[in-house]
Amino acid sequence: MPPPAASTAVASSTALRYRVKQLYKQLLFLGRDWPQGYETYFRPRLHKAFTGQRQLETEDEIRKAISRAEYMVKELEAFYFLKKYRHVKRAYREDLL
Amino acid sequence: MTSLRIMCATKRVLDYALKPRIAKGGAGVDLTGQKQSLNPFCEIGVEEAVRLREKLGKDKVSDIVAFSAGPPKAQDTLRTALAMGADRALLVEVAESDTPKLEPLSVAKLIAGAAKEEKADIVILGKQAIDTDNNQTGQMLAGLLGWGQATCASKVEVGEGGKEVKVEREVDGGTETVEVKLPCVITTDLRLNEPRFATLPNIMKAKKKPLAKKKPQDYGVDLANPRLKLLKVEEPPTRQGGDKVADVDSLVAKLKELKAI
Repeated sequence: MPPPAASTAVASSTALRYRVKQLYKQLLFLGRDWPQGYETYFRPRLHKAFTGQRQLETEDEIRKAISRAEYMVKELEAFYFLKKYRHVKRAYREDLL
Repeated sequence: MTSLRIMCATKRVLDYALKPRIAKGGAGVDLTGQKQSLNPFCEIGVEEAVRLREKLGKDKVSDIVAFSAGPPKAQDTLRTALAMGADRALLVEVAESDTPKLEPLSVAKLIAGAAKEEKADIVILGKQAIDTDNNQTGQMLAGLLGWGQATCASKVEVGEGGKEVKVEREVDGGTETVEVKLPCVITTDLRLNEPRFATLPNIMKAKKKPLAKKKPQDYGVDLANPRLKLLKVEEPPTRQGGDKVADVDSLVAKLKELKAI
């Protein structure tokens, strides 16, 4: 197979970089309501999680890490939803408990 | 079927995760510096409107407007509703200090005025706000407008012709299914749906959606003389420790002592 054209290779790496930054901002946004604290707990850990993967080189590895971050986004959203749902259920719907 | 115009009335309340602190003097809750967000039941209402559009099609639900009455900061709450999928927002602005004057009847009057002006076919509200827990605004609204109402909805289905809605309501001891002619008022209960998250890209997009501001006078409502006066807010009494009994006989004896049996 012929090697990928120079333009697609470059576009791919900038596209991936953009996606990684986008995910970082999204996770930061989701962390605002983290019960153990945003400034003290969530943000430093998120930063460490991302900088810990700084050394990744191949597109494959980067895509795997991106899927892990996307999975974390879904996990956080599910966590927040369940927290709110359970609270409202406990407060207002004794019949459902 | 002619297209529907839905109004989602929302309220900005103290965030559900925070424990309310009683204000000095005991005549209210201290909200200074506390996070306030969209009332969970109102959030379910906005989600239902967006789901109706997704189910019926963009042409069948032509307008979803998020409404709120409150201080200027209520714009953030409306932006959340816009990020969830509402088309535009309408805020009836009152001064921060006048916010306690907003009681169910005055809010119902404001929503009624807005619903008529915006030609809404369905007004969806949360069944109650988690701070005041009145469960009155939706019902009063229906009365003021002369519309049918389906409160504590756990399922909403729009009829074939778009002229009525079939609603399953949560009542004591089960569910009740009612059919309401449009236009109507629906209030949401917990099991109606699972609200989507307002993701960061959607919040960015929501900044471009129109947010109109009005004053209570625009709907002919004067907040000067509220009918309700909040006298006192107290914490519930602290839980007393219980006694442990050794066996069934002593349990019966204790109950007899307390005149429970």
